[in-house]
Amino acid sequence: MGRYIVKRLAASLICVVGVSLIIFIAVRLSGDVTQLLLPEDAQKEDFAKLRAELGLDKPIPVQYLIFVREAAKGNFGRSTRFTRPALELVLGRLPATLQLASMAFLIAIVFGLLSGVTSARKRGLPLDLLVRVGALIGQSMPSFWLGLMFILIVAVRFGLLPTSGRGGLSHMIMPAVTLSLFSIAAISRLTRSAMINVLGSEYIKMARLKGCSERRVVWKHALKNAAIPVVTLAGLQLAQVIGYGVIVETVFAWPGIGKLIVDAVFSRDYAVVQAGVTLLSVIYIIINIGVDLLYGVLDPQIRYE
Amino acid sequence: MAFWILKSAMNKGGRENTIFSQVRELPLAAILLLLPVLICGIFGSLFVPHNPAAVNPDLAMRPPSWMAGEGWTHVFGTDSLGRDVLSRVIAGARATIIVSFLGVVIAGAIGVLLGLVAAYFGGWFDIIIMRIVDIQMSIPGTLLALLISTSLGAGLGTVVAVIAIVFWTQYARVTRGETLSVKQRDFVVMARVLGSPAKRILRRHIFPNIIDSAMVVATLQLGVAVMLEAALSFLGLGVQPPSVAWGKMIAESRLYIATAWWLPVFPGLAIMVTVLGANLLGDWLRDRFDPKLRQV
Repeated sequence: MGRYIVKRLAASLICVVGVSLIIFIAVRLSGDVTQLLLPEDAQKEDFAKLRAELGLDKPIPVQYLIFVREAAKGNFGRSTRFTRPALELVLGRLPATLQLASMAFLIAIVFGLLSGVTSARKRGLPLDLLVRVGALIGQSMPSFWLGLMFILIVAVRFGLLPTSGRGGLSHMIMPAVTLSLFSIAAISRLTRSAMINVLGSEYIKMARLKGCSERRVVWKHALKNAAIPVVTLAGLQLAQVIGYGVIVETVFAWPGIGKLIVDAVFSRDYAVVQAGVTLLSVIYIIINIGVDLLYGVLDPQIRYE
Repeated sequence: MAFWILKSAMNKGGRENTIFSQVRELPLAAILLLLPVLICGIFGSLFVPHNPAAVNPDLAMRPPSWMAGEGWTHVFGTDSLGRDVLSRVIAGARATIIVSFLGVVIAGAIGVLLGLVAAYFGGWFDIIIMRIVDIQMSIPGTLLALLISTSLGAGLGTVVAVIAIVFWTQYARVTRGETLSVKQRDFVVMARVLGSPAKRILRRHIFPNIIDSAMVVATLQLGVAVMLEAALSFLGLGVQPPSVAWGKMIAESRLYIATAWWLPVFPGLAIMVTVLGANLLGDWLRDRFDPKLRQV
């Protein structure tokens, strides 16, 4: 177990280095920053001076090493828009993003499992059909459109919830539900098929024979085995929640890292884009380690080697 | 594509092969949803009721005409510049189809090739390719897409490149897995013993055995690609005017959300119909060919 964790961490470290390389290349490809930073009437010497200041006159591999060294120290450069350290800006938005993402993820797990299990138990009945069709449609709606439809109906038409910004719980309901719907659908579909598989197996019949209550059979005995593929999927859905969170935050003007990144993209504030994408990817990598370790808890057959 | 659907519809043995039984085997719901989108994308310019780019300030922000009792002139209403929403929805099908189809095909070509070579030869090439896959998969797809389109600049080519780059990893993984198992089978071992060159073995013996899985992945990814394209154009990073994009239409409608519900509703429904159709088709193909791929 201990050895596995060390190996897993080493692999993740390689991922982080790879991610930093991808981000570095992407930002380098996006053009000359000095053109953006200096006024139009700047002289050649000004450009040269700024390039030397930013380290842009060095060879590309050296620039990358400097980028990594500085990033490891938490220095992603300064935001050109806010003239503050980029990482500080991004970290300032972290609580809002974590709040929205974890809320959405929680909703997705709870409702995905509930609807999937119910659907499997009522297989072939109208309720099952309803859940399945609902899940299919839920997986086919783009999140930004769904968000706008919520705003249109819930906020504009009936005035029930605020349309945007961050405040109390009422501000969070619409963005969180929007963000979770795709994952609810995905988790629900997989849970249903996994549960149907498990419910047909011998040990479930055995549990019923020895007189377990139906609730205990379904939610304890069956779900524990059906949950293994669902955990894998939930880990993947986290990428959805983090990735599409960027767009949902934009739709609802939720002041998280996603909105910060999108705004930074349009004002060409590359330091902030770098810092934001790096931080979100690192969070995603860390959570995936957690998911891997969770398998062992759920399935004692899995040995970490 | 159509060929694959027909082929797999006919593949189901055990029943008499009349035309009717074959039609019954087709994924009718998926076809009903996707066919209109395809027709709009290919022939849309022949039957749009109005010029999708024609600006007409006098007719701005009209609600759908049947609701106002004005007959069928602007069935989906008009936008803030007086452009006909129905015509724009029809015109938007083209960009969506071109971008997502091209993107998925290019991703497939890259992923299948790298997956094949990595699995067949193994060694350091395999390690490097699979490392790159792992690394890329640790950046959430949408973020990677955002990053790439920022650095390449918005436009049709960029969106195609984004889809190709974000999606190739899935093919590489699936192809690699399949190739590893096909590689062990007798006919491949025999071919190798008989001295067939690697290129020939890959092309004649292995490729035909893994292409079904790759097709299933492609179809399942089509819906995701449409969704990603829409998201990018919603953020203003998709195809640029005069091309019409559904995501962009929805983005433009945000200003008028309180007064003009028809502006976001119809392009959104168009995206939904396309994605739903692609997903249904993908599910159907997967159940036919490769139930193993259930979690992809």
